[in-house]
Amino acid sequence: MTDLPLRPRLSALEAAWVIARRDFVAVLFSRAFLFFLLGPLFPVIVGGLAGSIGGEVQRDAVSVEVGLAMSPADNAKMVAAGEQLAPQLGGALPLLRAVPEAADEPAFDARGFMEARRGNYAAILTGSLRSPTLVGTEGQVARWQGPIGLIAGHATAAEPAAFPQVSAELVATSAASEKSSRVQTAQIAQMLLFLLTMLLAGMVLSNLVEEKANKIIEILAAAIPMDAVFMGKLFAMLAVSFVGIAVWGLAAGGLWALGGDAITQATGFNPANLPAPAVGWPLFIALGVIYFAMAYLLLGALFLTIGSMASSVREVQTLSMPVTMLQLMVFFLAAYTIKQPGSALELAAIAFPLSSPFAMLARAAMEPELWTHAVALAWQAAAVVALVKGGSLLFRKRVMKSGGAGREKSKKGARLSA
Amino acid sequence: MAVSNHGSAGNLPSDWSGQPADARPLAIEARGLVKSFDGTRAVDGVDISVPEGAIYGILGPNGAGKTTTLRMLLGIIDPDEGVRRVFGHDRPHDIGRLIGYLPEERGLYPSMKCIEAIAFMGALRGLPLKEGRERAVELLERHGLGHAATRQIRQLSKGMAQTVQLLGTLVHRPRLVVLDEPFSGLDAINQGKLEVMIRALAEDGVTVIFSTHVIHHAERLCEGVAIIAGGKVPYAGSVEAARDRIPAQVRLETRAREGAWLSALPPEARRNGDFFQFPLPESGIEPLLKRLIEGEAGILSLSIERAGLHDAFVAIAGEAAARQLEADAQGARA
Repeated sequence: MTDLPLRPRLSALEAAWVIARRDFVAVLFSRAFLFFLLGPLFPVIVGGLAGSIGGEVQRDAVSVEVGLAMSPADNAKMVAAGEQLAPQLGGALPLLRAVPEAADEPAFDARGFMEARRGNYAAILTGSLRSPTLVGTEGQVARWQGPIGLIAGHATAAEPAAFPQVSAELVATSAASEKSSRVQTAQIAQMLLFLLTMLLAGMVLSNLVEEKANKIIEILAAAIPMDAVFMGKLFAMLAVSFVGIAVWGLAAGGLWALGGDAITQATGFNPANLPAPAVGWPLFIALGVIYFAMAYLLLGALFLTIGSMASSVREVQTLSMPVTMLQLMVFFLAAYTIKQPGSALELAAIAFPLSSPFAMLARAAMEPELWTHAVALAWQAAAVVALVKGGSLLFRKRVMKSGGAGREKSKKGARLSA
Repeated sequence: MAVSNHGSAGNLPSDWSGQPADARPLAIEARGLVKSFDGTRAVDGVDISVPEGAIYGILGPNGAGKTTTLRMLLGIIDPDEGVRRVFGHDRPHDIGRLIGYLPEERGLYPSMKCIEAIAFMGALRGLPLKEGRERAVELLERHGLGHAATRQIRQLSKGMAQTVQLLGTLVHRPRLVVLDEPFSGLDAINQGKLEVMIRALAEDGVTVIFSTHVIHHAERLCEGVAIIAGGKVPYAGSVEAARDRIPAQVRLETRAREGAWLSALPPEARRNGDFFQFPLPESGIEPLLKRLIEGEAGILSLSIERAGLHDAFVAIAGEAAARQLEADAQGARA
């Protein structure tokens, strides 16, 4: 019956591989993974709908129309002057439209009209071109007083002002524009990293919840060291997350190929126009993948530690809440420090393991040095190992306090011992 | 305090009846194991020695410290104090391939097929998956579950799932099998099958340790037991030696109800219906028999019964622990 094996135990790597292989296959071929893949669709759809509705509401609610309630001749001169100035000033000018209610009403009461909340004007211009009066709320009057004065001045000028032709000489970039542009790249990269991490780290938690529900953790703990169990689970979930990202990437690429122009037109966002990061796109993408892996492993290790210590599925879920909040806070910290490179706060964000991947990815967008990434990655890897070791130590110290009857049984034991 | 009945690795417990002192090396040796949880000592100085090839029971009521002791022996948790050695190794994970463990809380992945679940448990112990699958088929067929090989665990009955898990514990052919409350949740037929399986393992030279709160299983199967109560082991040794700790019981039935012969009975004698029961006097049965005959007691029957493990448990662990053990066993049956 008994075999005498060549080696009495699996190495930590082999043990982790056994766990990772099982978890990877189990998760990949589960229905939950399908729902997980569809997960990002819901926020995209909801966001799109909300954005579209919000835009409509905003367009309706925020008027940039200034009503004209002067004499018909003055009204016409104002409109003409506005049209002449539009090529130079564009969006800085309001839309000018005669107020129909004032057309045949010399004693038109603009103040009463506005206070009665009639029409949809930001303000109403009364009086004459020489002595115009802008009627409106304090904010709107402050906003439009200057442009209206300019239009009225242009309308009353004996000769229209001649605008010299400004010739253009373009440069590829400048320090100021490059910096501000790269901030945009850094922000988008950080946001993407955060969303992916949060979405995928939840999967580690569900996996552990499953383990708790199946009560299989003791079999694993008896057979192989707990840190190998943790490592196996983390890397399985990481591999699953890469599959997920690949699927989403392919779907997004396909969507872009089919209707990229329409998307750009609808959203006003074109990724092709994103400013190149300081380390260049290929390296930036590679670093993005590595930092994602690190952020994921760090958060996953924390979730696993907490989850393994909980005695029930409900406790796992309750305990994960503070970690999620912490993750939000470190993301905000990393996001806040984008515009403060080299500051103590940025260094703190880099040093704190959970925020480090976010801060460093932003740095990759802003600064060209590479050695800092090598140091940060080594630090983050050390933090992952420490978290996994600490988690397995806590597990061995604090979990498995009692047998099948759980805590009740533990109390019984205490009574017996007393 | 625990009875120290261990020898050094390679030696046998001193009271291991009928065995030469160095015939079998120790599969497990534990000395002074202590484990506390939140300030409470769950296990308090446990000493256990189990020779290779033995069937060994850890007997005690729920909460006595059986599971914690097994977990320490297996390296799932570390003792606060004391040492344990499994096949001479301080770290049981270092010889993971030699050990099979069935925890009290049965656990399997519900979506896994039986064959995969068994192979996975073998893989955890270092058995290649391919070989694990082949052995799984063989084991399932041998135990009448061949038809369920490709069924998912969630499709099995509780008893079948427990059998699958037990097969997963054995698939890598361990030299030491540790079973935590293996009989709980099984019906009488499956309990019988499990007893047969445990005996077969021992015949193949496998050391089997199991915890139980059902005395009969330990009595029928084990050559050695550790009686555990309140985290302590007041007795560890052979079942025979445990039974020998209390004298044999005399059961006497007489025709006469009264008479001078009554004074011949020892003071511990208790009337139980038509019978008297009392421990066998140290002087033996013959002097008593003589006085009963002379007193014309009219002996209808007289038997001398060796004490059972239950009596030994009561004598060793106390009435309270015995009552709790009985209640646990009844609860498990219910």
